[in-house]
Amino acid sequence: MAFLEISDVRKQFQQNVVVKGFNLGIERGEFVSLLGPSGCGKTTVLRMVAGFESPSAGRILIDGKDVTPLRPNQRNVGMVFQAYALFPNMTVADNVAFGLKVAKRSPSEIKSRVEEMLAMIKLPHLASRYPYQCSGGQQQRVALARALAHKPKVLLLDEPLSALDAKIRVSLREDIRALQRSLGITTIFVTHDQEEALSMSDRVVVMNEGRVDQVGAPFEIYNDPATRFVANFVGTLSVLKGKVLDAKAGRIQVGKSEIIASRKIINHNVGDACSVALRPEAAVLENGHDLGSGRNRLGGTIDEVSFLGSVVRIRVKIDDDAISLDTFNNPSAIPPQRGAPVVVSFTPHDVLVLDGETKH
Amino acid sequence: MKQSKIGAWIAFIIGALYFIVPLIGTFEFSLRMKRGEYSFEAYRVVLTDPNFLASFGYSVLMALITVIMGAVLVVPTAYWIQLRLPKLRPIVEFITLLPLVMPAIIIVFGYLRLYNSSSWLPLTANARSTDLLLSFSYVTLALPYMYRAVETGMRSIDVRTLTEAGEILGASMMTILFKVIFPNVRVAILSGAFLTFAIVIGEFTMASLLNRPAFGPYLQLIGANRAYEPSALAVIAFLVTWACMGIINVVGNLKSNKRPA
Ligand SMILES: Nc1ncnc2c1ncn2[C@@H]1O[C@H](COP(=O)(O)OP(=O)(O)OP(=O)(O)O)[C@@H](O)[C@H]1O
Ligand SMILES: [Mg+2]
Repeated sequence: MAFLEISDVRKQFQQNVVVKGFNLGIERGEFVSLLGPSGCGKTTVLRMVAGFESPSAGRILIDGKDVTPLRPNQRNVGMVFQAYALFPNMTVADNVAFGLKVAKRSPSEIKSRVEEMLAMIKLPHLASRYPYQCSGGQQQRVALARALAHKPKVLLLDEPLSALDAKIRVSLREDIRALQRSLGITTIFVTHDQEEALSMSDRVVVMNEGRVDQVGAPFEIYNDPATRFVANFVGTLSVLKGKVLDAKAGRIQVGKSEIIASRKIINHNVGDACSVALRPEAAVLENGHDLGSGRNRLGGTIDEVSFLGSVVRIRVKIDDDAISLDTFNNPSAIPPQRGAPVVVSFTPHDVLVLDGETKH
Repeated sequence: MKQSKIGAWIAFIIGALYFIVPLIGTFEFSLRMKRGEYSFEAYRVVLTDPNFLASFGYSVLMALITVIMGAVLVVPTAYWIQLRLPKLRPIVEFITLLPLVMPAIIIVFGYLRLYNSSSWLPLTANARSTDLLLSFSYVTLALPYMYRAVETGMRSIDVRTLTEAGEILGASMMTILFKVIFPNVRVAILSGAFLTFAIVIGEFTMASLLNRPAFGPYLQLIGANRAYEPSALAVIAFLVTWACMGIINVVGNLKSNKRPA
């Protein structure tokens, strides 16, 4: 049995079922992200683990103990809130000490633990400041130290970075991950930012309308999305309309061309409409030079070129659909012009076949 | 920039004059008890009057009791409503506003009917229990001001998230209320206390009808029978009230460290 076990949890607010049949086991020391669009129930799941909401059905176990009937203050979990939620009347040191004081630890123990925590978040010089005298990033570090000071069994973070600006967000997410690793604390991180989830987590739980759509390592989630929702939500995806010619051999007709998908096409018969999806990094422009046989090729025209810095994203119009593809910026070559005819190529392995036809 | 500063100063000076001129006038008048010279004779008379000290002391005590009872009643109520029963807010707001629309004399007649010496709860039967009744009635009178001040204070902090942050760190509701909520609405409680104090010190109707030796009835008595002493009393009352508020402020600040208000 996993260290943190969420089994068959359901949550209903009046008539509104917000979380349904939620199952998840998290191993000791694991960092798991809950990823999903706004309103899919991520916060609700986290709040049920914290004890702020009680499940309408199901159980939550921490370290083998059923905590479902326990109040939040009996669960020994730490939590970091989106809005920091530091106590405005206390200094940074007092904030960090709060949980220890409540647990009636000795003053000397509290003192040394607070010093240790402040050193860990690299802010020992802020001990006697008040929260309003700290920047957002500093406040969130303090909130992290406060949540960890009393050595909780589980750490919960609800979009802790979304109130911060981009640079700090990236550096703080690395710090959080490093701290989590060094303490080996079991962690659930809620976010709607796929980049955050993919870059930080051991495993990502993609949620959709109160359900788990897929659980897996970031690599798996990105490269092998289990459902169409996951494929669309995680990363950028270009979707083309297609028609299955031969499900076994993976032959699909796209426009007037035929492509091969090396993955199995399930639930499809010959003649069925399907959707063919591609990651932007999978497709390349074959301007003149042949990349060899065995590749799928589709002809189209350049629709748009966006210069993103190190990466140039190009949209190629193919019949009624479009493929986005990323190329690295090459200072000695000018990006292609709009309207220029090009050939897009990709390997059969890169083709994702999704159910049904897209609506666009 | 300069222009707006000048405007602000003009507004400030007009306001200050409006406030200070009558005070100076009263003060000047209070010095004229002895014919043809300025003296503090009126103050001497007042301050040596044992009734003054007794009634003033009584009212200060009542004011302090009222402030404490009001805070103990209002802070947890406002907290709970904000946290768990937001739907009740309009109802509670309506209730707290009632003392403003209901004249004190009506409230006190109600009390006399309910709690007279031959009733089921004869609070007016002896002096101590009448004091209790009076302080309850003062809490009622101060309710609109106290509740509003505390409510505003609570809205300025994120009560819900702070409570959750405290809970998840293992704290009980009581600990959260006293260690987190109270300190953060301290300034709001103080401003409520300020108004409560001002109301109670000069209150006449209730104290008079409940026949308690408070400062309000004393002021009325002196005012009706003397010329200079009432002015001296007004000045003294003014100074003492401000001094009390200053002390409350200082004490409040000492208790919860050096946090700027
Ligand atoms: N206390 C509540 N009462 C009624 N409905 C609620 C309550 N809390 C949440 N909901 C509903 O539950 C659904 C899921 O909310 P939740 O906060 O878990 O979403 P989320 O995935 O965290 O979204 P976001 O990314 O926007 O934070 C929403 O539709 C929300 O309106
Ligand atoms: Mg949320």
